[in-house]
Amino acid sequence: MKGASMAATPGSIVHSPNKIRTLRRDKRVVVMKTVIKMLVGAGVLAASAATASAATLDDVKAKGFLQCGVNTGLAGFSAPDNKGEWTGLDADFCRAVAAAVFGDGTKVKFTGLSAKDRFTALQSGEIDMLSRNTTWTINRDTALGFNFAGVTYYDGQGFMINSKKLEGITSVMQLSGASICVQAGTTTELNLADYFRANNMEYNPVVFEKFEEANAAYDSGRCDAYTTDQSGLYGVRLQMASPDDHVVLPEIISKEPLGPAVRQGDDQWLDVVKWTYFALLNAEEAGVTQANVEEMKNSANPDIKRMLGTEAETKIGTDLGLTNDWVVNIIKATGNYGEIFERNVGSGSPLKIARGVNALWTKGGLQYGMPIR
Amino acid sequence: MATQDVTEDVSPGRASFLYDPRIRSLFVQIVVVLLLILGVWWIVDNTLENLRRSNISTGFDFLKGRSGFDISDQLIAYSSNSTYGRALVVGIANTLMVAVTGIIAATIIGFLVGIGRLSNNWLIRKIATVYVEIFRNIPPLLVILFWYQGVLALLPNVRGSYVLPFGSYLNSRGFYLPSPVWGEGAWLVLAGLAIGVALSYFVARRAKARQAATGQQFPVFLTSVALILGMPLLGFFLAGMPLTFDLPQKGAFNLNGGLNIKPEFLSLFLALSFYTASFIAEIVRAGILGVSRGQTEAAAALGLSSSQSLRMVVIPQAMRIVIPPLTSQYLNLTKNSSLAVAIGYPDLYAVGGTILNQTGQAIEVVVVFMVVYLTISLLTSLLMNWFNAKMALNER
Repeated sequence: MKGASMAATPGSIVHSPNKIRTLRRDKRVVVMKTVIKMLVGAGVLAASAATASAATLDDVKAKGFLQCGVNTGLAGFSAPDNKGEWTGLDADFCRAVAAAVFGDGTKVKFTGLSAKDRFTALQSGEIDMLSRNTTWTINRDTALGFNFAGVTYYDGQGFMINSKKLEGITSVMQLSGASICVQAGTTTELNLADYFRANNMEYNPVVFEKFEEANAAYDSGRCDAYTTDQSGLYGVRLQMASPDDHVVLPEIISKEPLGPAVRQGDDQWLDVVKWTYFALLNAEEAGVTQANVEEMKNSANPDIKRMLGTEAETKIGTDLGLTNDWVVNIIKATGNYGEIFERNVGSGSPLKIARGVNALWTKGGLQYGMPIR
Repeated sequence: MATQDVTEDVSPGRASFLYDPRIRSLFVQIVVVLLLILGVWWIVDNTLENLRRSNISTGFDFLKGRSGFDISDQLIAYSSNSTYGRALVVGIANTLMVAVTGIIAATIIGFLVGIGRLSNNWLIRKIATVYVEIFRNIPPLLVILFWYQGVLALLPNVRGSYVLPFGSYLNSRGFYLPSPVWGEGAWLVLAGLAIGVALSYFVARRAKARQAATGQQFPVFLTSVALILGMPLLGFFLAGMPLTFDLPQKGAFNLNGGLNIKPEFLSLFLALSFYTASFIAEIVRAGILGVSRGQTEAAAALGLSSSQSLRMVVIPQAMRIVIPPLTSQYLNLTKNSSLAVAIGYPDLYAVGGTILNQTGQAIEVVVVFMVVYLTISLLTSLLMNWFNAKMALNER
């Protein structure tokens, strides 16, 4: 049979066994090369995490912008406005840091993050800094591997109810048996469990991953009450179909110091973020505002001169890894802490939250900027 | 000539060790496996080193820590004082709950619609077609949100609940049913059920043997129904009716007591069953069409009624075509259940996500996710393969 077929097609290509073997070997080599390529690729991915942790300031300068993690939409803290610009206290803090680094507050790229995704995003190096109404706790400082740079907003957890649907409810203590909407993976969720347990009250948690989903569920009447940081409640209230029906109950059940966080193990970057925050406070204390900062550069006050980098032979800015006019850049970009506060959550905003504990220490509040000296 | 080449080349002893194809092939395989192990080791080691350098805790010790959060749907006892490990088990139980009930409902709906698509009745056929085309072409997440926000959220609030028969209520907080409370002697009912099932099995076997021997038929189905329903009922009356119901009562905020099927579970269950059923319907239709027409005609020639020929001739043969793709649909349904996170049903993925965020141990939690979903899927496949082997054509 074999001989016959070969005789019939003398010109056809017949692979000798040797040749077949060579072909097979070639195939194997190709397969092996692919395997090696894949391995190397995966290794590079795993290895790239190592570079992300050190020298964030250099990385940020090299890529030309600051990647900042913010809330996907919390009025007053970080939410895109009708032009698609991120506004809010947390977003402005990102701009302040960008201004300190680049002298330009617009060199920020924002990443909207859910409560659940925020820590992984910071750990993996996807963002350079997390400024997303995040509560400073020991667990996050230690086990999660972060450092908090300060408290940009002192908050506390509260409850909101619809007074039209639940007439006569004036206290959280009356909420035993209620269904309560809460966002997953927050300190809020934990405080809620502790508070109801401590007061021997029952409740049905309805837990959502996204802030927007929790809002929608509360608005549709799935829950009797909504709980989050009190500042957040005022923001959520504005997004409801009829804000006037909703009442924030008087109890505050926890301490929620909200602040920006960076990865542990990069002291230089922590310093930049931390001193940006202190600079905002010191500027407010010294009366340096967005409007008068140019004028203030000529001030004879040594504190202001030192802060704004107009003192002769100053090294404060360069020691930080920045330029000496870093505070001027910050204030030009965002204004001082008081201006940021009033614009986003205070009297200049729909939220109308009073300064309260967030006033400067000189006015009976807790905001205290360490001296720039 | 080629034939000479072969004898030359393969002759033992003549080819050098280096050119022995078997040894070379073995060598290459060993090298690839070693490289693979080395690569995996390198990735794991690198990751651990990086985690250590970033001061992030590692290991599974966190599972013993106190969770501190509450979970709304719990099939096993759980409170905020329980451990993270137990919270994960609650999540796994919820995932299994929605997967198992969803698979049962999807199969029933799928078979009905699939057979309906082949019906001779124009209206039934068209309704089945429209059903399949709608649900098959919408992403499952959208179907879930449709049920959650488009249907269940629009139900009246607690005060305006729809009052249903037998003390049940339906409102925007879900479906409230009276829950049975069994008293003393309830085991007699269970015993009755067991006896009923055993007797039915026995009757079915005897009837089959008798039909094979004499050709006489026995109403097996009706007898089985009577036995399976009747025996527990007998036990129930013998024990002196040990059953009371816990009725839902109006409380300050919600209805208290009874059994509450929450809208999160309900929408997920409905969405997954309706979505997957549209695929199962097509599989069933393909299976039935795959049985050659001659089989139906032969069954008719033997004098079987159309329902008999469907039940005894067509479906058993169709099952052989249906089961393998059906397994894939069951696996899809189980994995799609992780979309629960969008509506706040505490399945494994949602609970695990909270733990991930609370402890920051992303890699460990993701490993748990993968292991659990893999185990569930492999078990489902194993079960379905066993069923497939049982239904396969016995070639003698």
